[in-house]
Amino acid sequence: MSGGYRPYTLVAELTYRCPLRCPYCSNPIDWAKRRNELDTETWLRVFREAEDLGVVQLNLTGGEPLLRRDLEALIAGARELDLYTNLITSGIPLSRERLGRFRAAGLDNVQISVQDVTAEASDRIAGLRSFEKKLEVGKWVKELGMPLTLNVVLHRGNLDHVAEVVALAERMRADRLELANTQYLGWALVNRRALLPTREQLGRARAVAAETRKRLRGRMEIVFVMPDYYSEYPKSCMDGWGQRFVVVSPDGLALPCHAAHTLPGLTFENVRERDLAAIWSDSPGFNAFRGEAWMPEPCRSCDKRAIDFGGCRCQAYHLTGDAAATDPACMLAPTHGLIDTARSEALDGDAPPFRYRSVKIAAAR
Amino acid sequence: MISRDSCPRIAAKARLRYDRKAERYMLLYPEKGLVLNPTAADIAQLCTGEHSVGAIVEQLAAKYGKEAPVIEREVMGFLSALSERGLLQEAP
Repeated sequence: MSGGYRPYTLVAELTYRCPLRCPYCSNPIDWAKRRNELDTETWLRVFREAEDLGVVQLNLTGGEPLLRRDLEALIAGARELDLYTNLITSGIPLSRERLGRFRAAGLDNVQISVQDVTAEASDRIAGLRSFEKKLEVGKWVKELGMPLTLNVVLHRGNLDHVAEVVALAERMRADRLELANTQYLGWALVNRRALLPTREQLGRARAVAAETRKRLRGRMEIVFVMPDYYSEYPKSCMDGWGQRFVVVSPDGLALPCHAAHTLPGLTFENVRERDLAAIWSDSPGFNAFRGEAWMPEPCRSCDKRAIDFGGCRCQAYHLTGDAAATDPACMLAPTHGLIDTARSEALDGDAPPFRYRSVKIAAAR
Repeated sequence: MISRDSCPRIAAKARLRYDRKAERYMLLYPEKGLVLNPTAADIAQLCTGEHSVGAIVEQLAAKYGKEAPVIEREVMGFLSALSERGLLQEAP
């Protein structure tokens, strides 16, 4: 019962491996147990099947997609299918020559992340000396005539630097700047107390983003993603479960979002065993939260249910233990107190040290 | 500002693609896509940096059998919408 849903975007998580150790990584906590990566041929088949289903956008991401030695072949295959192909990367490890090969293969856009505006602060989050190298990669992107997106994940430690982030993006001649507040899932949930900002910080950063958007209109696209911990209503997560996005994990699970396989009781299928069209249309996991029949109150009778679809299923599960609950980020949710408590806990006293993304913690879970 | 003499070109970050599922053109750019109606698709296809706005208007007025001022309003409207989104650059 795919109900006429059509995926527009394939998020291809090529690997969970990454040289960086950011404490807000969106990869699952148990990433290290999922090392059985799809091979080149399977990815190319998945791209074909996705395009056939209606996908027009491809995000090559991870982990760090540069660690795949077949990235050139994957880009070329995507371009043959006329997919708009966006490489989402830390920029580590990359040479100018390899970037040139990506361009020749038809890569449409490069998205580079930095963690803050100085080497010291950025490298502290990344857990690796990487800031200067990232800037160099950004320079190559523009020298090679490619469009550049700069992505910065925002949290308590860097929200006050948004004006400097904008200045950096201008110096780098970025075409698009994503100011993305941390989503508190995966590693970010583990580190929530150290990352959650104050309402005042957010207000100031948002004002800078709004002013910049006006000033740079037509030159640089500015995206400011609010954290749902400070919003009245939840996010329209993935534009609705199984509606427009399909994520394929490094080990081949086809998912409605990058964390769906952390929800218990749902079955997700592997692209090694079944073609994407069949998975998309009738796998129980994809159908679990399509439509409105699954919704509890207050969602079911809410006039915003077709806007936010009840929010994020993963957040609902990881905070309340019930994946079918109203997202606690919604002020109407009976469990909204969890968000209030998390905010006051985080702002009360000193921030605990980061727990960096690692294999050890992952294996212990 | 876009004038009759400008030679607009779709920005490097955007790509026009025929969507055979819905039988229409889309203009794709990072994380987004604009669905184009047939007139907008015609205009976008002429935004190669080789044609002036005036020439685009003339060509489409002839194609659709409409008055030039009517087409010009449509062309200018669409081009400024693209320009606001940073999807247009003027040919050097």
